[in-house]
Amino acid sequence: MDTDYKYEPKNGLTRWLDSRLPLMRFTSEHVLQFPTPKNLNYFWTFGFILTMCLVTQIITGIILAMHYAPSTLLAFDSVEHIMRNVNYGWLIRYIHSNGASMFFLAVFIHMFRGLYYGSYKEPREVIWILGCIIYLLMIVTAFMGYVLPWGQMSFWGATVIINLVGTLPLIGESLTQMLLGGFAVDNPTLNRFFSLHYLLPFIIFGVVLLHIWALHVPGNNNPVGLSVQGKQDTVAFHPYYTVKDFFAYTVFLLLFCYFIFYNPNALGHADNYIEADAMVTPAHIVPEWYLLPFYAILRAVPDKLAGVLLMFGAIAVLFFLPWLDTAKVRSGRYRPIFRYFYVLFVIDCLILGYLGAQVPEGIYLFLSRVTTIYYFAFFLLVLPILGRIEKMKPMPIGISNSELSRDMVAAE
Amino acid sequence: MLKLIKIKSLILIFSVFFVLSNEAYSAGSEAYDLIKPGFSFEGPTGTYDRAQLRRGYQVYREVCASCHSMKQLAFRNLNQKGGPEYTEEDAKLFASEYTVIDGFDDYGDPVERTRILSDRFPNPYDSKEAAKASNNGAYPPDLSLITKARSGGYNYIYSLLQGYGKEIPEGIEISDTLSYNPWFPGNGIAMYQPLYEESVEYEDGTFASIEQMSADVTAFLAWSAEPEMEERKRLGFIVMSFLIIFVLLMFFTTTRLWKDVH
Repeated sequence: MDTDYKYEPKNGLTRWLDSRLPLMRFTSEHVLQFPTPKNLNYFWTFGFILTMCLVTQIITGIILAMHYAPSTLLAFDSVEHIMRNVNYGWLIRYIHSNGASMFFLAVFIHMFRGLYYGSYKEPREVIWILGCIIYLLMIVTAFMGYVLPWGQMSFWGATVIINLVGTLPLIGESLTQMLLGGFAVDNPTLNRFFSLHYLLPFIIFGVVLLHIWALHVPGNNNPVGLSVQGKQDTVAFHPYYTVKDFFAYTVFLLLFCYFIFYNPNALGHADNYIEADAMVTPAHIVPEWYLLPFYAILRAVPDKLAGVLLMFGAIAVLFFLPWLDTAKVRSGRYRPIFRYFYVLFVIDCLILGYLGAQVPEGIYLFLSRVTTIYYFAFFLLVLPILGRIEKMKPMPIGISNSELSRDMVAAE
Repeated sequence: MLKLIKIKSLILIFSVFFVLSNEAYSAGSEAYDLIKPGFSFEGPTGTYDRAQLRRGYQVYREVCASCHSMKQLAFRNLNQKGGPEYTEEDAKLFASEYTVIDGFDDYGDPVERTRILSDRFPNPYDSKEAAKASNNGAYPPDLSLITKARSGGYNYIYSLLQGYGKEIPEGIEISDTLSYNPWFPGNGIAMYQPLYEESVEYEDGTFASIEQMSADVTAFLAWSAEPEMEERKRLGFIVMSFLIIFVLLMFFTTTRLWKDVH
């Protein structure tokens, strides 16, 4: 992106450093002065919030790992040791466990924002795909993390999910054994999950850097969806967005801290405070809330393999979104019909989440089939067809120019 | 004889299992809502009632402890802030009522000594198997985390303890070795009625009704599951107060900064 903002080293030291490692130049051009559309709304603050979530999880996780013992004999008690005997151990663990939920809450808002404003469309396809990879890694990491306290849900959740992998043709059996380290969820499983749960966040961190790098090539999308046409459309990232993002983050922290201090177990399952027991199966095996929509899709079909494929497909379809949506106009603001389908899709995902926690019988099973069909229909039918037939609303000429234009091409 | 016990307990485990799994697919069998008496530790500023925790510990010690372990608790916890807050001497005295095997002497014989503050609560059974054998094949769960480990939390425990002696409604069959309890999933619980009027004689003179004892021991168990609760809420108040002010400052900063951007 062409920009008038340039970094000038001010003194001898920074000039010396600039010709050797242009760290200050990089910071100046990509953080401080980075030209950002001035019309971003608060849905755009979740990128920063998510970065803070990741850092929080890594820091608290490293501290937890200092006290945690990844052994089936010790894991449950070592978590209680953290809760009871480690100084502020309860605080660190509650930040980490609720932090996972907050992380997913933020990522869902972030993704739904991208979906509404068409942030995945040309030229931002790679940003979106990297985001999908991050989301996939988050799911795997969170799943493995949930196993570590070695409660009943940890154990049985792991058993159910790994069994699903086993239904895959050809690779299923060997992949299952590789995940388990044996023939059932046991000590080797716990050990490798701990190892991977420690590793994956750093891989996520790496992909986040790529995500931001890819973002900094075309720059941010914005609520109008039009490309930046010049200096009049942007402000410097600092202080405008550093301050605005941080304000949004403090509001986010209010909710986060409510859970940590006043309702720390509301988002978890009571059964996970019972130590894992291979002889006793819980009445209902349910994953954490943020995986419930996928769990509902999994159980919506009678065939196990088909369920597994649909569940993975529900995430896989996201990767193809940039090419499934045929509309040239990015922002949902100017797509009158798309908006209805979009709202319906958000509701659909919420219902899927609710259904994931219910026993798949009767009306629940029926509803989960309907909602699963709509989930896929939204991506595979609505978006490809709608883009071709929808009549767009008049758009402004530019980000700073609210004059309307019926000619979409001219606006671009 | 041993074989007979084994077979009996196997049958029992299966029947409990059967009842439990039956329950899982007959949603709506919980005819009774949980009794919610309103505890002192509820709400954002609620704290434990020390006298209640002490009475609750007495109920645990004299009634529950004969079958249920509390392996996460050490005697020093009885003395720590935010709990029953017994004096150090009292906590030591409680500990000294029990012994523990602590290593071996020079001849390889186990050394038995009285418990001290740093020791955990004793387990009434040497093994899970022994516990099952003495309880008709049902394992009395460890109570350290029980209020966090059951949906319904402390209100569930409180209700369960008072759920005995009720008439079995028609259509529900309870095996001879189980007791009917409307709050227990499946309604057939292996634990016999634990509390009767004046099961304990309270040191502070409180009348030991079943309700009173249920409430007291529930409060004790709630503390045991969340011994950090008072500190958590105290810290939470400070953090939230700070955050609210900080949010306001950030709000004003943001609006001021963005005032001239159009």
